[in-house]
Amino acid sequence: MLEVRQLRKNYGSFEAVKGISFTVKQGEILGFLGPNGAGKSTTMRMVTGFLPPTSGTALIGGHDIVETPIPAKALIGYLPENAPVYPEMTVAGFLDFVAGVRGYCGAERARRVDSAVECCRLGAVRHQMVETLSKGYKQRVCFAQAVLHDPSLLVMDEPTDGLDPNQKHLVRDMIKTMAAEKAIIISTHILEEVEAVCTRAMIINEGRIVAEGTPVELKARHPSGRLDEVFRSLTQGTAEKTTKR
Amino acid sequence: MMNAFTGNMFEIFKREFRAYFASPVAYVFLVFYLMLIGFLTFFVSRFYEANQADLKYFFFWFPWVNLLLVPAATMRLWTEERRTGTLELLMTLPVTLPQALVGKFLAAWLFMMIGVLLTLPVVFTTIYLGSPDAGAVIGGYAGAILLSGAYVAVGTLTSAMTRNQVISFVIAFVICLFLALAGWPPVMEIVNKWAPGWLVNGIASLSVMPHFESLQRGVIDVRDVIYYVSVMALALFGAHLVLENRKSS
Repeated sequence: MLEVRQLRKNYGSFEAVKGISFTVKQGEILGFLGPNGAGKSTTMRMVTGFLPPTSGTALIGGHDIVETPIPAKALIGYLPENAPVYPEMTVAGFLDFVAGVRGYCGAERARRVDSAVECCRLGAVRHQMVETLSKGYKQRVCFAQAVLHDPSLLVMDEPTDGLDPNQKHLVRDMIKTMAAEKAIIISTHILEEVEAVCTRAMIINEGRIVAEGTPVELKARHPSGRLDEVFRSLTQGTAEKTTKR
Repeated sequence: MMNAFTGNMFEIFKREFRAYFASPVAYVFLVFYLMLIGFLTFFVSRFYEANQADLKYFFFWFPWVNLLLVPAATMRLWTEERRTGTLELLMTLPVTLPQALVGKFLAAWLFMMIGVLLTLPVVFTTIYLGSPDAGAVIGGYAGAILLSGAYVAVGTLTSAMTRNQVISFVIAFVICLFLALAGWPPVMEIVNKWAPGWLVNGIASLSVMPHFESLQRGVIDVRDVIYYVSVMALALFGAHLVLENRKSS
């Protein structure tokens, strides 16, 4: 479903991503792990077509995100970091806008909005302005826009960041229910999340993939058998650089 | 049936246009716009004392009122997308940058057109009092709408350049002020002192004013329309370049 080929991104002389390649198949949930500033968000932004790569590309269902961005983007659902949503719109108004841009019209458009509202349990706030919503609801509104068109590839940048334990549980449940017919990538620095939802994980450090495998395989890489020890041994000692802008 | 380009452009346009009216700011803005035009026409230009049912003084003020208010109406367009992070959402939807740019530009332009057309009661009053030349009225409004379109395009460009609304406002104001004053004799005298003749003429020909005045005479000249359309196209093209480069740096 997704094939990433030698993605590279330079910001001036700083190499944020240094040639990353991987594939994600339907039914897989790939966890993207790494310290802050490792290049997780940059990689996701290139895969989803927000940032043009310095070199390399990503194929989504065979469509090149650099050469033919529109058909590629049509297959992607993306939940950016911090779940941005237009604050002055109502939940239903916002989802209706996204459905329109995704090319739905008439009854199908209304049906898509309804099912996204239902799937993300937004019925209670349907006609409320986004700016009046709590963080957990905002996150779900943005999640709803990402799954509205039933995308084959779902990319989520820290989907549970800043949520309370109940909300985290809800988001993970939603991810798992959709997993079978989609390819999913989630970035996180919550290690328990990888064990809870991912079928495969990749640890990124300083713009490179430093480890890859199922959560079980990764854990076996350290005598303690704990994922946080593996993570620390692979990524520690590197100065924290932030590329968040 | 709309094709894919206009379809998505229309969705962006609709969203942006509705965003103006999502808060009371739009109404405050429109009331202020009308009060300012009315005040300048009736009190500063002394419309009644001129004793002529003529709209010359009314149209005279449009470039100056728009100079102040168009940058305020456009400063939000791209700065807010960037500040709130929705730019990332918008640019990962299956939308092209030209669709988003033109959609937003048209929404802001239509909003300004509402302001311009809400001044029509002044025209009705004048028609009641006398008989202004219909051609001049239509030409004057066409000029005011085209002029606001050119300013809106400049404002779209400056809002793409920064994530700060105030900076967008100030830069748009300065560029529009330049477009209004280029060719004005006191300004041209300063330029004349040091610039070669071709440059002086070049600067003077950038001015919006001669085009606005010639439309007011009731003659819709293709050259004036081409001038305004070129300013819009150039500013939007600039905004496209800025947004493309911002993304990659």
